[in-house]
Amino acid sequence: MKARVFITLKNGVLDPQGKAIGHALNGLGFGSVGEVRQGKVIDLELAGSDAEAAKADLKAMCEKLLANTVIEKYEIELK
Amino acid sequence: MKSAVIVFPAANCDRDAKVALEQMTGKTPHMVWHQDSALPDVDLVVLPGGFSYGDYLRCGAMASQSAVMKSVKAHADKGGMVLGICNGFQVLTESHLLPGALMRNAALKFVCKPVGLEVQETQSGFTRKYENGQRVTFPVAHGEGSYFADDETLDRLEGENRVAFRYAAGENPNGSARNIAGILSEKRNVLGLMPHPERVVDDVLGGTDGRNLFQSLIESLS
Repeated sequence: MKARVFITLKNGVLDPQGKAIGHALNGLGFGSVGEVRQGKVIDLELAGSDAEAAKADLKAMCEKLLANTVIEKYEIELK
Repeated sequence: MKSAVIVFPAANCDRDAKVALEQMTGKTPHMVWHQDSALPDVDLVVLPGGFSYGDYLRCGAMASQSAVMKSVKAHADKGGMVLGICNGFQVLTESHLLPGALMRNAALKFVCKPVGLEVQETQSGFTRKYENGQRVTFPVAHGEGSYFADDETLDRLEGENRVAFRYAAGENPNGSARNIAGILSEKRNVLGLMPHPERVVDDVLGGTDGRNLFQSLIESLS
C-alpha cells in the first residue's frame, strides 16, 4: 500500500518561506499570486492491506514524528 | 558538579560545551553518544548546539527520537538539570521537555553575531548569579531560532516567570514571539535557549557574560 502525507503549517503560524516564494512569483510577473503557504509531502510504502489499520498507523506516525503538531497540521492520503 | 554532554551526529558545539564545563567546573564532562541508552550518574545534562542529523525533517526532530533521549527525559522527570543550547533547545521542544517550537528565522537568513539579551528571571538554578533585568551579550548562530507558541502558552510562560532570557529591545535576531530567547520548564530544571552562553566564558573568546550561567549551576548543584 502506498500513502502520501501532506504536512503544512497551521493557520496563523507565520510562514516566511511561503511569503518569500510569493514575492518571487510576483517578481516573475505572476501578479495574480496572493498569499503562499508551503509545506512537505512524504511518500511512504506500507506492508499489509488493511486500510483502516494503515490510517491509524499513519496518524500515530504524524503525531509522533512526521509533523510537529505545535506548528503543523497533516493530511493523510492512501493510494 | 558532574555533567554529561550528549553527542549527536552533526552536533558541532559539543566540544565548546565540554571546554566551557571543564574550564568552569574543573571536571571533564562525560561525552555520551546518542546511541547509548544509559546516562552516567550526573547532575547536569547538556544538549549542545549543532545540526543534529543534518536537521532532517525538522531541527531536533530526529535527535528527539534517539536512544539517549529516553534517559535524558527520565533524568529531567526526576528533577535533574538539563541545559539545551541552540540545536539543544530545538531538541528539547521536539522532545516536549519544553513547550513551543523553533521556526525558520523571520528574515530567512542564518544569523551569526553577538546579541544583547536581558536576564528576565533569576529564580532558577541556571540564572541565580545574574541580576534581574541584567543586560548580557551572548552570540547566536542559527537559521531556525524563531520561538513560536500559541498565545495561551506564551501567557502561561510569562505568568509563571519561565522566560529566563529575552532579546533586548531592537535586538531580536529571528522574529521570536515576545522576544523570547530562552525558557524554563515548569519545574525550572530544564532551560533551553538559542544564544550560546558556552561561547562567552573566556576573555579570549570576546566575552565572559556566560560565566554566571555556569556559576549558577555550580552553586545550585554543589
